[in-house]
Amino acid sequence: MSIFEDLGKYILFLQSTVKNRESLRVYPPLILDEMVKIGSNSFVIVAIVASFIGAVTCIQTADNLVSPLVPLSVIGTICRDMTLLELAPTFTCVVLAGKVGSNLAGEIGSMRITEQIDAIDVMGINSASFLILPKIIAACIMIPALCILAAFLSLMGGFAVAEFGTVISPTDFIRGIRDGFRPFNIFFALTKSFVFAFLISTISSYKGYFTTGGALEIGQASTHAVTNSVIWILIADLILAKLLI
Amino acid sequence: MIEIKNIKKSFGEKVILGGVSGKFEDSNNSLIIGASGTGKSVLLKCIVGLIKPDEGDVLFDGRSLFNSSISDVKKIRREMGMLFQGTALFDSLNVAENVRFPLDMLMGQLGDSEKNDMVMHSLERVGLEAAANKMPSEISGGMKKRVGIARAIVMNPRYLFCDEPNSGLDPMTSIRIDELISEITDEYRMTTIVVTHDMNSVMGIGEYVMFLHQGLKEWEGDNKSILHSNSQALKDFVFASKIMEKLL
Repeated sequence: MSIFEDLGKYILFLQSTVKNRESLRVYPPLILDEMVKIGSNSFVIVAIVASFIGAVTCIQTADNLVSPLVPLSVIGTICRDMTLLELAPTFTCVVLAGKVGSNLAGEIGSMRITEQIDAIDVMGINSASFLILPKIIAACIMIPALCILAAFLSLMGGFAVAEFGTVISPTDFIRGIRDGFRPFNIFFALTKSFVFAFLISTISSYKGYFTTGGALEIGQASTHAVTNSVIWILIADLILAKLLI
Repeated sequence: MIEIKNIKKSFGEKVILGGVSGKFEDSNNSLIIGASGTGKSVLLKCIVGLIKPDEGDVLFDGRSLFNSSISDVKKIRREMGMLFQGTALFDSLNVAENVRFPLDMLMGQLGDSEKNDMVMHSLERVGLEAAANKMPSEISGGMKKRVGIARAIVMNPRYLFCDEPNSGLDPMTSIRIDELISEITDEYRMTTIVVTHDMNSVMGIGEYVMFLHQGLKEWEGDNKSILHSNSQALKDFVFASKIMEKLL
């Protein structure tokens, strides 16, 4: 299948999730359920990755700033901007593409090959809308929330290095974080995380929904879901950076 | 009554169904039989609308499945019940929740107690009221099939479809499932279509039998005349087992 056929099929698939959808009362419990699954299952990994990345960023930035003319608070500023602009939204979403994306593709792919999706369709229920739409909405709410958490914990990781290490004092780190703060960066980070959440949930669901074959193909669908999600996250990252900064 | 008109379906260059027509009467157990790879399951999926045929149409009491509005198709679909080959039970729901699923989705106006009554009635009908709180992974293959039947009949459908209901079951359980399908068809006065390659089912419940060979309807009739057919392909299929020869 060519990339254009695949793209067309993906767009039609997205359309089918909102066209002829089920009654609105059906969705809230499903969305809440998916939010809990995405949030609670990813919280620990996001917290660990963000804290360590923040700490390492602080140490490496300090190591590279050796000029006595540059104030030490610049380390805090660099950590803040790197975290908000790139590390928290992009790095977290790349991690979540692996965690959430493979989970979504595996779950939906498994439902496809065991005919559970066919069973829903035969009942006269729009399976794409019933199964996929709550996952997309839940991901678009929870993944930005996880990115906010990642940004906070990443800065806390940097602060921990300042507090317990010798590379920078906590006062300099906090001053650096406050210096020249642009609220737009928060908006930028949230926009990115929202777009990435949409890409992860839709690409992974798409790969799972059109799985054919057996257990081997479910594994392949999960792998494709992760690799495609990561590639499109990086492409979207570049496009958003060009458009918004 | 379900009428299929000149159903054709190909996957790439491979022709699966070359133009199959037929009528499946009310309150009848209609069987679609044939060797593996002859297009039985594809035909059934075309009939229920899971696969869109390249040509042809399916009429449910005169209502077209492929030339109707989406809302009309949904109405037809809601009159269908289907038992899948692998049962297609939802792993995350217990037996009662599986049976209740279509009621929750499609009969929102009903109260909880009414829905529970309907679920228990369906489970009692298939003899599984005691397994209501078990998960699908905790029950046997035969019980899963019966849960599948209970879920298929909970909405009181007009049309019942069964894809290989006996696959993976021992002979005694197979016969029990066949009897259950036959009893339910009479009781609910449904149009039932069963896809199978099990000759025990054919001889047991086949009031109307359509034999597919190489994507075409080779023969149709009842299970009494099947043993006396002139079709060589049908003879090869029927008498593949020596036991059938002894029946003659």
